[in-house]
Amino acid sequence: MSPVVEVTGVTKAFTVARRRGRLRRRFEQVVAVDDVSFTLAEGEMVGYIGPNGAGKSTTIKMLTGILVPSAGRVRVAGLDPSRQRVEVARRIGVVFGQRTQLWWDLPLRDSFELLRHFYRVPAPRHAANLDTFSQLLDMGPFLDTPVRQLSLGQRMRGEITAALLHDPAIVYLDEPTIGLDVVSKSQVREFLASMNRQRGTTVLLTTHDLADIERLCRRVMIIDRGRVIHDGPLADIVARYGQQRTLVVDLAEPRPPLEVEGATTVAVDGPRQWLAFDGSAVSASALVAAVAAAAPLVDLSIEEPGIEDVVRRIYTEHP
Amino acid sequence: MGDTMAVYGRLLAARIRGQWQYRTSFFVYLAAQFTITLLDFLVLLVIFTHVPRFAGWSLWEVALLYGLAGVSFRLADLVVSQVEYLPRHLLAGSFDRMLVRPLGALVQLSAEEFELRRVGTLAEALLVLGLAIAHVPVHWTWARVAVLVSSALSGAVIFACIWILGAAFTFLVVDGREFINAFTYGGNFLSQYPLQIYGTALRIILGIVVPIGFAAFFPVLYILGKPDPVTGVAVIRFLSPAVAAAMALLTRAAWRGAIRHHRSTGS
Repeated sequence: MSPVVEVTGVTKAFTVARRRGRLRRRFEQVVAVDDVSFTLAEGEMVGYIGPNGAGKSTTIKMLTGILVPSAGRVRVAGLDPSRQRVEVARRIGVVFGQRTQLWWDLPLRDSFELLRHFYRVPAPRHAANLDTFSQLLDMGPFLDTPVRQLSLGQRMRGEITAALLHDPAIVYLDEPTIGLDVVSKSQVREFLASMNRQRGTTVLLTTHDLADIERLCRRVMIIDRGRVIHDGPLADIVARYGQQRTLVVDLAEPRPPLEVEGATTVAVDGPRQWLAFDGSAVSASALVAAVAAAAPLVDLSIEEPGIEDVVRRIYTEHP
Repeated sequence: MGDTMAVYGRLLAARIRGQWQYRTSFFVYLAAQFTITLLDFLVLLVIFTHVPRFAGWSLWEVALLYGLAGVSFRLADLVVSQVEYLPRHLLAGSFDRMLVRPLGALVQLSAEEFELRRVGTLAEALLVLGLAIAHVPVHWTWARVAVLVSSALSGAVIFACIWILGAAFTFLVVDGREFINAFTYGGNFLSQYPLQIYGTALRIILGIVVPIGFAAFFPVLYILGKPDPVTGVAVIRFLSPAVAAAMALLTRAAWRGAIRHHRSTGS
């Protein structure tokens, strides 16, 4: 597998003017991306996550050629986006979740037809792609509706189609499921998964919805304050940071918070109690036995840490 | 290049189709613009009811200048002036979308903001130019026709360049639009009258710094067979295409530089 994207020691610094008093301004360097390196292999689906302002968008802007790095080297499909912007643009697809790239007053179908000419896609190929996409995303009923009349979910399906119709080698998706309902979300995810599986499209996905990551990405990169602080399989992250499990017990009758060794009772609601414990130090079965010895048990369950908790812990542990 | 023009044509067609959904507003605007610009010309008529000649020029001679400058300016207005909306796209982030598509940003910007309704003012300029051609006592040789047509096109290029230079400037100063309008609309206004009515400083600016004299005035001197009251250099009457070409090259370099600056500063 040859890498589709190679990022080597890339830094992006901006000069910003800060007001100091009425007239004086001081110029400061702000490093948005700080010595970042990674590669994306063909057919990989990678989650790129981090808090707002961490440098995600700046990275993607450098990969698409919108911004030129201050230092370091970027290659996309073997090309340098800062020098070969138009050539790179032919090989990539981009979805900026919050901004449309469709023509507001035109039917969806006409937007796609215009994009076909931008990317010089042969008519038969375009027709076949559009057919497949509109089935997978269920777009048939609104292909001829002007974009301004579409619902958010319909429009987003249109945006994603627009980014993928020219068979790009790699797509950058910035918040592709933002504001969507549960059904549209899962439709979008299934579509991306099948594009990746069937066409080997490489995907770099930026999102705040960690369910997107759980469903789609085996590899996750976490960026914070311009630096990549973690790059690895999703499972590793959960294993490393997600040791905190929770035992939920339903007792025969309400009781004061239980005191069991190796666990902390974090919540009580009538006969139900939540006990947090470190999975690497205490086994669940030992804990259950200890609880059963302390009070009669009716039912129990164990909550695994969600990736959201995991990411929150990662951010707080890297001050 | 051919590819670019083909996509540009399709973008324009799509834009017009989209706007056609609001045709009432289209026709109202068209008629209003035609009428308002025609009032400009009526002012000229009124002036000439009081004076027989204006700086040695008759009514239809001035009308020829007015019409030719108007055609140039409004062609540029129709095709290019919308680049002045660049700051809006920079602030909204929609300029990024243009940069991730495989086409020049300038072509996308001018196609996306294209307003067909601006043909109303172009029609007025063509009407005045037509009337002037019919009335001026000129023997229309091929050479005069060639100078007339090349002057209209060169003038359009010169005005277009001023707009694009202005847009390039707004990469640096986002709210510089008013400043730019002083050169575009202001330049158009000044170019409609014989250059000798202005003071020396303004003549130099219009002749050389912002070469609006080449948009209509110098070629019209040739067409009307008038002496040059400003420079006295005969060849200057034929230089409009060369001036336009030079400005186009300068503008191209400035636009590219501005895009490069934008991509390295991100603002």
